[in-house]
Amino acid sequence: MTIWYALCEALPIEMLQWDFMKNALLALLLMAPLFGILSTMIVTGHMSFFSDALGHSAFTGIAIGSLFGIAAPTWAAVLFSVVFALLFSYIRRGSNHASDTLIGVFSSAAVALGILVATMGGGSFTKYNKYLIGDVLSITPSEIGLLALTLAAVLVFWCLYANRLTLTAVHPQLASSRGIPVNLSQTLFTVAIAVVVTLSISSMGLLILNSLLVLPGAASRNLARNQKQYHLFSVLFALVSGILGLAVSYCFGCSAGAAISLILTALFALTYFFRGRSA
Amino acid sequence: MNELHYGGSCGHACCLRVENLSVKIGTSHILKDMNLHVHCGEMVALIGPNGAGKSTFLKAILGQREYSGVIAFTEPGQRSHKPRIGYVPQSPSFDPGEPVSVADLFACCMSKRPAFLGVSKAMRQTILECLDRVHGQDLIDKRVGTLSGGELQRVLLALALEPIPNILILDEPLSGVDVEGMTTLMDMLDEIRKTYDLSILMTTHDFSMLPRYADQAVLIDGTIRAKGTPEEVLSSQAFRDIFHMKGGAL
Repeated sequence: MTIWYALCEALPIEMLQWDFMKNALLALLLMAPLFGILSTMIVTGHMSFFSDALGHSAFTGIAIGSLFGIAAPTWAAVLFSVVFALLFSYIRRGSNHASDTLIGVFSSAAVALGILVATMGGGSFTKYNKYLIGDVLSITPSEIGLLALTLAAVLVFWCLYANRLTLTAVHPQLASSRGIPVNLSQTLFTVAIAVVVTLSISSMGLLILNSLLVLPGAASRNLARNQKQYHLFSVLFALVSGILGLAVSYCFGCSAGAAISLILTALFALTYFFRGRSA
Repeated sequence: MNELHYGGSCGHACCLRVENLSVKIGTSHILKDMNLHVHCGEMVALIGPNGAGKSTFLKAILGQREYSGVIAFTEPGQRSHKPRIGYVPQSPSFDPGEPVSVADLFACCMSKRPAFLGVSKAMRQTILECLDRVHGQDLIDKRVGTLSGGELQRVLLALALEPIPNILILDEPLSGVDVEGMTTLMDMLDEIRKTYDLSILMTTHDFSMLPRYADQAVLIDGTIRAKGTPEEVLSSQAFRDIFHMKGGAL
């Protein structure tokens, strides 16, 4: 962190003279590739509603963690989200219901359980507001360290599994015929989303987190012609919106997550109008 | 069962043996007591009405469906083993906007290097060689979702031929392909089986191509109702019963 702080101070940028802004920028530089990479497969695999449901389950995990007095409710949330993701994958494989119906069932159950636990015994919901809106400016160096570890783990997973995930998402039967363990690949991917969503919820907020997991990939898809471009544009859009969103947040005193989300939406709109030229 | 031409003895030729194959869902049989031998270099067409179990039969051979009975592959001088299978799925449809190029699709199947890092020069050369087998080198940079039905079948055929399989399985390869595309595809399959001496097993609803290209036709409707040369099967009583054709299909 010392080197990062020195680097920021060497830059002639006013907002980077504050420690909380230095932390926030570093966190966003780590989160952007995470969101950008996962977003490509969430969009390809039609899982945007599922990642939204995972955000809700993470909130429930935090509420349960708080109820039992766990010192760091984030770990309870990670555990709950992973169990939620595994249970959903298991039920989806054995069920004849459409995925969106099952996601609706799981999502509403998670939200209801979260609110029930959070307000049990007449407790106030106010202390959970930070998980709804999120605040990247209050991120701590230890949380940034955790994000760096998560990014490293996701990069390793992606190098090993991206080809299998792509083939599974575009044609599961073809993937299966090539000896790809389709269920294992999908399950590992859902666990990866569960962990990333849960670790990002306090910084980005439950209400807008999902837009960050969907928009980079969706905007990139408007332009990309192959997997290399798809990943490149997605990570680039996430990085640009992260840095610009932080600057907007500093200048106007608004939520960084909301600013990032809106910039990504603008990028999606812009690329949407150019999509025909790259078809 | 109307057994017209049963290849019971394989001699020294390599052979896919299917013996007493049954597939059940719960207590009801989807397929029952199927017996079939497919020799190398043979093109076998599986025909039957919708819901007859043709795709289920292929899935059992692919190992994607639980079954009872025997599916084995024998080669001269070797013990029975699991055959190397190339598979072209039924009506493959890809999202037109999906940023997956033909090169990406091959790289995802054949390379350990992640496709998102780009396709290496060596892999690109290998892909071009694969596509050359189906005269489709110009398709390498196209997105899979923008390919026509015929182009997509050729690309998936090229993919199924790497590595060269013992058995090539195609599920309804002629559906969604125009007449010219059908002839091109069938000529290509004919050339491939002769060049590589591999067996081809395909399901189809298009009977007009069978006499010209297939060595054996197998009529399935829950079990094998008839098998033999295409002419024999298409003029059989079982075929007339199933398809309600008074004069047969020929």
